[in-house]
Amino acid sequence: MKFAVVAFPGSNCEMDLVYAIEDVVKEQVELVPSTATDLSDYGAVLLPGGFSYGDYLRSGAIAQLAPIMPAVKRFAAAGKPVLGICNGFQILTEARLLPGSLQRNQESKFVCKVADLVVTNDQTRFTTDYQAQQTIQLPIAHGDGNYYCDPITLAELRKNNQIIFTYQNNPNGSVAAIAGISNRQGNVLGMMPHPERAVEAILGSTSGRELFSSLVNSVRKRGLIHE
Amino acid sequence: MSETAALTPETIQTTKYYQGLGLTDAEYQLITTKILQRLPTYTEIGLYSGMWSEHCSYKNSKPVLKKFWTKAKQVVEGPGEGAGIIDIGDNQGIVFKAESHNHPSAVEPFQGATTGVGGILRDIFSMGARPIALLDSLRFSEPKTAHDKYLINQIVAGIAAYGNCIGVPTVGGDTAFDATYATNPLVNVMCVGLMDLTNREKGQATGVGNSIIYVGAKTGRDGINGASFASAQFDSKHKSQRSAVQVGDPFTEKLVMEACLDVIHKHQDTLVGIQDMGAAGLVSSSAEMASKAGSGMTLNLDLVPQREANMTAFELMLSESQERMLLCIKAGSENEILDLFTDYGLTAAVIGQVTTGHQYQLSHHGQIVADVPVDSLATAAPVYHREKAVPEHILRQATTQFSPKITEPTQILKQMLQQLTIASKKMIYETYDTQVQTNTVVRPGSDAAVVRIRHTDKALAMTTDVNGRYLYLDPYVGGEIAVAEAARNIVATGGVPLGITDCLNFGNPTKPDQFYELDEAVMGMTAACKVFNTPVISGNVSLNNEFNDVAIYPTPMVGMVGLIKGLNRITTQNFKQVNDKVYVVGQTGNDFNGTEIQNY
Repeated sequence: MKFAVVAFPGSNCEMDLVYAIEDVVKEQVELVPSTATDLSDYGAVLLPGGFSYGDYLRSGAIAQLAPIMPAVKRFAAAGKPVLGICNGFQILTEARLLPGSLQRNQESKFVCKVADLVVTNDQTRFTTDYQAQQTIQLPIAHGDGNYYCDPITLAELRKNNQIIFTYQNNPNGSVAAIAGISNRQGNVLGMMPHPERAVEAILGSTSGRELFSSLVNSVRKRGLIHE
Repeated sequence: MSETAALTPETIQTTKYYQGLGLTDAEYQLITTKILQRLPTYTEIGLYSGMWSEHCSYKNSKPVLKKFWTKAKQVVEGPGEGAGIIDIGDNQGIVFKAESHNHPSAVEPFQGATTGVGGILRDIFSMGARPIALLDSLRFSEPKTAHDKYLINQIVAGIAAYGNCIGVPTVGGDTAFDATYATNPLVNVMCVGLMDLTNREKGQATGVGNSIIYVGAKTGRDGINGASFASAQFDSKHKSQRSAVQVGDPFTEKLVMEACLDVIHKHQDTLVGIQDMGAAGLVSSSAEMASKAGSGMTLNLDLVPQREANMTAFELMLSESQERMLLCIKAGSENEILDLFTDYGLTAAVIGQVTTGHQYQLSHHGQIVADVPVDSLATAAPVYHREKAVPEHILRQATTQFSPKITEPTQILKQMLQQLTIASKKMIYETYDTQVQTNTVVRPGSDAAVVRIRHTDKALAMTTDVNGRYLYLDPYVGGEIAVAEAARNIVATGGVPLGITDCLNFGNPTKPDQFYELDEAVMGMTAACKVFNTPVISGNVSLNNEFNDVAIYPTPMVGMVGLIKGLNRITTQNFKQVNDKVYVVGQTGNDFNGTEIQNY
């Protein structure tokens, strides 16, 4: 299958994703500029980390107006997988593809470390290769990772099993220690931790591999393959 | 500044206006009688004040810097260009350099630190290298007062804000605390870049008729004459010097970096030279590019992208607005390059041409506002051979070693581990993105950071070190120790030391006892560099680090990079398992002077 990694001006993890997919996941991947308007060639769309448009105004607020975003929305509406990592998660909430929003970390500081996460839902197309309640280690690196949603939304998220990852030790003040959520349909995932930083043992953790392998398997199974 | 725009050459002479710009009577005389043989205009005196500042001309440190050992077979490019280059085999080179931003950070700590990071990044990518790692060497007072805490928090936040946004990992460095840095913190930033040796770029402007292209942020009134400011000393009478500090915009820098690397990698046939606009902004970058190539240059200042209205020629030339680069592009290819910059969302403009002869000519509003020999700006600053005298405190120094009184060893050990200089620096480095680019194998907290070179079996070890207390006691030996410590950190990580960069943070060179410290330290460092086969490939000088006439401890930061051949040779500092044996290598002597236990 072929992944699209969307590069916004100011994205800075797009090449990390490309290398993770090419070198470790061993699938095809292309960088797609945020000025493109068509994603129909791809099996999955990834929005990378970084500081799109400097994150001036509000993280992800300007990126959600980029020319590529209508195509991302169409892609998601068609039930195909969209993954937003870190700044990508922020863009997905700004674009209303995911509920809630990401605020400044509780301690108002950027935090970069390896976080212990619990896989709270292993039934999504991003998590089938994990075990339910499994603890995994993924790096985090963000200043605005404090997930917020109102109590009604939180109840909805819980009811529909949309909370996919939670932090074991909440590093940023997120509601319900949320590290990653999906949309109701389960085909759009936003997460603050960086799975692409955890695919090689030499870099400290390989916990991110299963996320990509789950995704590849699910796309193959559903016949959404564009080889 | 606008009321002074009308200053006539005669007024500048009679009121000695040039003194306020950092030029001495003798230097002014040299310009009027020898170089120009007329009185310089207001704009021209501004050009000389920037270019002849210590920051740009190294006029006080040149005779000392010549003592550095810079040649070894691994060196592809030594000091002189934006940064030095070392060959690591397989047609790959590494570029590294360090830069100080001490004075701006003392005045405006957040922006002082951000622009320190921004400046060193431009030095690296202007060489054609992609920045792959940042390190910070910081010296603070222990956080006792609200101001101490403010400086520490804001400087660390500034480094984080810039490095994290641009996507270059901050992988290491060192932080130490001592009261000597209370009013004069040290902010030294080192950057390491990786390049294909076929992409080497030079900061020069050759070929009559070729175009000078400006790209990046528009020029504003920030950091006007910052180079002269950085070269001056502070005292409590002149508190508000805020206007001389620039403001950083890492998003623009990211675009400028990607666009310039695109030009360097894919438009080599049209690119003649490229240089960053750092200290002394437009004048320094353009005059150096012309002077190095033996060319003349003409610039039309009306074409310079401007952020503010009614800027004078003086302001345009001396502004240190950040995130700007200057390129020399072959005549006829301008549009190809301008279109590329437009695609990146950047402002760019052709602002001048390479000319015959060796004159540097500026026009503004249809008038020639400066017309001077280009070499007089770039290379003709007077060089001062300062006097040196052994400092009083060294003459009075006890010949015996400090002898710690230890009654409760366990308790002392626990308290020593709490000393801020020794304790974990997690509070600082956890606010830096240490992993972006996904090559960081050893993160902060070990002896040296390790960054692997993707798709090879090689990695780079990098570290920054110096102990100012040792240098205060003996600058020569302290200089040797700084290089030796860096080498130990590299070796302990599995690397072979390749070379060093430095930031020479010292006091006032016109005071013989402080010049002694600079000169001795450099000789000590040189002696050690020869032993470890680590030539100096780049560096930076920060003098006049004194407040109310008291200088900081002499603190020549050493940034060293080593090559690890084989990823399986990477070694970390932590103990691995129970029953492993612990060895001490080397002699342990009665060496307590300048130690943490003496400070405790």
